[in-house]
Amino acid sequence: MAERSFAREVQDLKLGAGDVFRGEGILAITKALLENGVGYVSGYQGAPISHLMDVLADAEDILGEYGIRFESSASEATAAATLAASVMYPIRGAAVFKSPVGTNVASDALANLASGGVTGGALIIMGEDYGEGSSIMQERSHAFAMKSQIWLLDPRPNLPSLVKAVGDGFALSEASNTPVMLEVRIRACHVTGRFNTRDNKRPAMTVKDALENPRRDTNRIVLPPASYLHEREKVERRWPAAVDYITKHKLNELFSDRPSGIGIVLQGGMYNSVVRALDLLGLADIEGNSRVPLYVLNVTYPLIDEEVAAFARGKSALLVVEEGQPAYIEPAIHAILRKRDINTKVFGKDPLPLAGEYTTAVLLQGIRTFVSDHDRSLIRNDSRLPDMKPVMEHPTVKALATTVPPRPPGFCTGCPERPIFAALKLVERELGTHHVAADIGCHLFSINPPFNIGATTMGYGLGPASASAFNATASKRSISIMGDGGFWHNGLTSSVGNAVYNKNDSLIVVVDNHYSAATGGQDLLSSRVGNKSRATQHTIAKAVQGVGVDWVRQIDDTYDVAKLRDTIREALTSTEKGPKVIVASSECMLNKQRRERPLQQKAINGGKRVVKARFGVDEDICTGDHACIRLSGCPSLSVKHTDDPLKEDPVASIDNTCVGCGNCGEVAEAAALCPSFYRADVVHNPNSIDRLLARLRIAVIGWLAARRERRRIAFPA
Amino acid sequence: MNQEQDQRATDRPITVAVVAMGGQGGGVLTDWIASVGEANGFVTQVTSVPGVAQRTGATVYYLEMIHRRASGRAPVLALMPVPGDVDLVVASELMEAGRAILRGIVTPERTTLIVSSQRAYAVAEKEQPGDGTADSATVHDAAAVVAKRCIVADFAAIADANGSVISASLLGAVAASGVLPFARDAFEQAVRSGGVGVNASLKAFAAGFDEAERGTATKTTPDGKSLPHVPERVGIPALDVLLQRVREHYPPRAQRMIYAGLRHVVDFQDAAYGLEFLDRLAPIVASDLANNGTTRGLTLTNEVARQLARAMAYDDVIRVADLKTRSARGARVMREVGVDQSLQVLQTTEYFHPRMEEVCATLPARLGAAIERRPRLFKMLARMIAGGRRVRTDTIWGYVQLYAIASRKQKRRDTLRHGREMVHIDAWLTRVLATVPANYDLAVELAKSRRLIKGYSDTMSRGLSKYDRVLAGAELVAARADAADWVRRLRQAALLDESGIALGGALKTIATLNTAPVATEHAGAS
Repeated sequence: MAERSFAREVQDLKLGAGDVFRGEGILAITKALLENGVGYVSGYQGAPISHLMDVLADAEDILGEYGIRFESSASEATAAATLAASVMYPIRGAAVFKSPVGTNVASDALANLASGGVTGGALIIMGEDYGEGSSIMQERSHAFAMKSQIWLLDPRPNLPSLVKAVGDGFALSEASNTPVMLEVRIRACHVTGRFNTRDNKRPAMTVKDALENPRRDTNRIVLPPASYLHEREKVERRWPAAVDYITKHKLNELFSDRPSGIGIVLQGGMYNSVVRALDLLGLADIEGNSRVPLYVLNVTYPLIDEEVAAFARGKSALLVVEEGQPAYIEPAIHAILRKRDINTKVFGKDPLPLAGEYTTAVLLQGIRTFVSDHDRSLIRNDSRLPDMKPVMEHPTVKALATTVPPRPPGFCTGCPERPIFAALKLVERELGTHHVAADIGCHLFSINPPFNIGATTMGYGLGPASASAFNATASKRSISIMGDGGFWHNGLTSSVGNAVYNKNDSLIVVVDNHYSAATGGQDLLSSRVGNKSRATQHTIAKAVQGVGVDWVRQIDDTYDVAKLRDTIREALTSTEKGPKVIVASSECMLNKQRRERPLQQKAINGGKRVVKARFGVDEDICTGDHACIRLSGCPSLSVKHTDDPLKEDPVASIDNTCVGCGNCGEVAEAAALCPSFYRADVVHNPNSIDRLLARLRIAVIGWLAARRERRRIAFPA
Repeated sequence: MNQEQDQRATDRPITVAVVAMGGQGGGVLTDWIASVGEANGFVTQVTSVPGVAQRTGATVYYLEMIHRRASGRAPVLALMPVPGDVDLVVASELMEAGRAILRGIVTPERTTLIVSSQRAYAVAEKEQPGDGTADSATVHDAAAVVAKRCIVADFAAIADANGSVISASLLGAVAASGVLPFARDAFEQAVRSGGVGVNASLKAFAAGFDEAERGTATKTTPDGKSLPHVPERVGIPALDVLLQRVREHYPPRAQRMIYAGLRHVVDFQDAAYGLEFLDRLAPIVASDLANNGTTRGLTLTNEVARQLARAMAYDDVIRVADLKTRSARGARVMREVGVDQSLQVLQTTEYFHPRMEEVCATLPARLGAAIERRPRLFKMLARMIAGGRRVRTDTIWGYVQLYAIASRKQKRRDTLRHGREMVHIDAWLTRVLATVPANYDLAVELAKSRRLIKGYSDTMSRGLSKYDRVLAGAELVAARADAADWVRRLRQAALLDESGIALGGALKTIATLNTAPVATEHAGAS
């Protein structure tokens, strides 16, 4: 089950002609797929496109009604390979994933798909995870489009434009027999807005129809001699067809009120930021009326040479707004103009910065420089923006820079991964530090304080693979970490199988939290709950045994820190050779709480006996060393200043967001920390035995305590 | 709706940034504000970059709204805040307000800043062995300077008191701020149409609204520590004797700290132990007075009193058992956990993990020492007692176990641990005393360094080792005029990290000092 229910969003998918959709960009795209007669959708979850996957996963009935197949793919490679259904059959298909990481994984399938070409529209929806909020390396997906010759859409970031791009993408794909990428940036995925919906459309051909009427054509298969043919076809037939379609249907947009000596060429996705920057310079208004002509590339690959040339003609200078590096559009425009001997100057990565997100503030600077260098008459002095320099250089603001602590993301309250790293940290105290290869997933938060564990991350499911070289007779073994998500994505073969085959004498810890947790809690093969449309409950331990790992330990309660510590120690010191795999399993706390809390509340309200646990700290016993925090970092375990004049350091303190996971007690025990922790179990709706026992206990304990307190000699508190 | 706002909304959007931590409900707040706008003829747009930040990291939600255009054309709204162009910034936590200011989105010309003043400490703050918490006053100061208007209150506490969440009380503050051209009931309507926990949300909304209307001034967090007043008498002869002695023989400017210490050690052991405390302190007081301490506010006496009390009331298992079996403790747990005894039953489990070292230390000195001298016996016994012990102190059996341990208090003075603690304390005091005549400030710093020893088991061993290293470092610089500064730096470094890496660095710096000529200006040690 996903972290949250998308039942309400699913209702939005049922809107028809005359209705208005309100919501996030990525959900608008989801709806647009249905309006455009998509026949199947495949994908792999991940920010910022997870919601598309989540909503479709909850929309079985609608999809069934239209004969649409939805696949929660094993990886982006699988998702991209699924598009093979559009090679021979006129079925529209979409593959969805985050990019460029997902595109990296998918590139084998994408390249093959692009070589043979498609009959049905094939759309690859890429959540471009770039800039603020991104969790991956900062690269561009653009290069993939160019190398495989896949067309690249980059629509303006508003809902009507995003929706239109889906339809354009399918049509362009079909017109040019070429797959099309739809690039949507993080903010565009999450931007809210509205659009007028149309009725959903049944696919012209369903996958069922295709299955029952198979077709083949060896000319579409990537093998010589067809592969040579494909390359020719790409430039001789598909490219011109695409240019033709893009031009004829005006996929790129020109915003130009009046002739001007300068102009801006921009990626569609940059449109709102560019307009706001112009607005702040007094060169545009809120409706987008700009005194500087704008040529908006809703298609950033291929460029339409004639459109570019026409825009440049008669202008002395162009600014190309192209986010990320390296620049591909800017040099291409240079080439287009030089071939035509058009002497318009072209600027881009100067005055704009070479790297980094093009925020409105960055664009404002760059455009200001560009305009004042090339058309001074346009720049007015009455900027709407105040000068921020006095504020930023004020001593009190400067003092903030060293005060405000960093707040990177971390393990949630009660996270079952926390005790795994606590145990690892304890083992490292005994056996010394080790080379720890990290992976992708929530567990990567271990690299931050307080755990500070993990040396590299090389890709999803590639944690143990990235420790491959460290296979030598040495006094220490390498440790690698991998989540259940990474394990099923790629890890079973690339990491575990590889370690078995190469006799890698190392420790692999598989963090199994029952879901693909970092991406929103989607189910996996090894999820413990049943799922009516997917096969779950396939254990990781059996899978690794299946590929030949002999030393496997399944730990079904990660909160048992002592057991984990001992098991890790055993793996690192055992005389047995080959990979040693520990599968550490406990359910993701976010999901567990979402599922159990309402049930628990209902039971309490219904008068049922319920025991709720949480932890606390005796503040007069805590000495304020915070050793417990260095083995936890839990948001609910914090510090507080006491009013005890003798205590200088703040003491540990647990707030009422504690979910009673048990880590505090276990760590206190395993690490022999202070005895200030206690667990409080509150029995709601106690039964008569509970009440009787409690009365008896309170009476006896109260008498004993009072007895001693009468004898105690003490000053008043 | 006021005229000026109306005008502004026509040619430029109203811009709002909500800065929050993932999971704090920043998205809910932003959606509420958006729906108020939507329902009142505005085009609104919300963007966010939740991604991985939703796992407790810092994040920003951004909202723009503008009157629906007469032209019918869709306005082009921006996807991120621009420094200098934000009307309202709402921070759901104090340091996040500081982060917003650092982003440059708060400006005196335009920005109303609503800050919820509670702290959620970042890991970097709370993991330090000492006090790593950031200085809240810095944010309050900056906010007062850079915002057009500041509304500061603990909106988390307000929400809590009304059984709701911070997004509701902050929405109240947003409504009260008047930055958005909508009446109060428009906001309340948005909460109602949300449909979840409406009543509690409306209560918190109203409380947040009122608090913001009151125009709460910038609050600086007071230290919170105050020394107790020395009572005339408490009616217990054994204690009144001690009080009299404090009043008659100790300088008034140190009496309150001395009394605080005295109270602590008596609570730890008994009245006689209180007398021991005063006896130990006496030579320090004399030395303080003899060395012009009055001009320094008797810092030495005050500091030694504080540290001596903590040192004499060392953390042993008897103390822990005593504290955990007091009736006041039971009541505090009830309060903290929020148990209503008429409706619920509370069960408490304590986590103990005695190590042989501690067990030995609690034995009578000769027996304990005898076991320590026999490694094989020690190891065998260690194996027997190894492992965690969980004690249910709400049960009679569990309680009685701890009660019995607490009763060992009468024999505490005979334990191996006690003897060792006293030897250590005396060595420390001797060192401090010997230093006073030559360098008063250094003596104070040496006294303060006793703070490094705290905790149980490994924590205490680590603290002891750090203390020893700091004192060894102090030896190296003792002859220098700025020795006190160096020792202070060493201590601060020792409190920065667990394993003493910063301290090691500081000590290395010190080692180079003696070879280099005495500099007037010196680099920070950490």
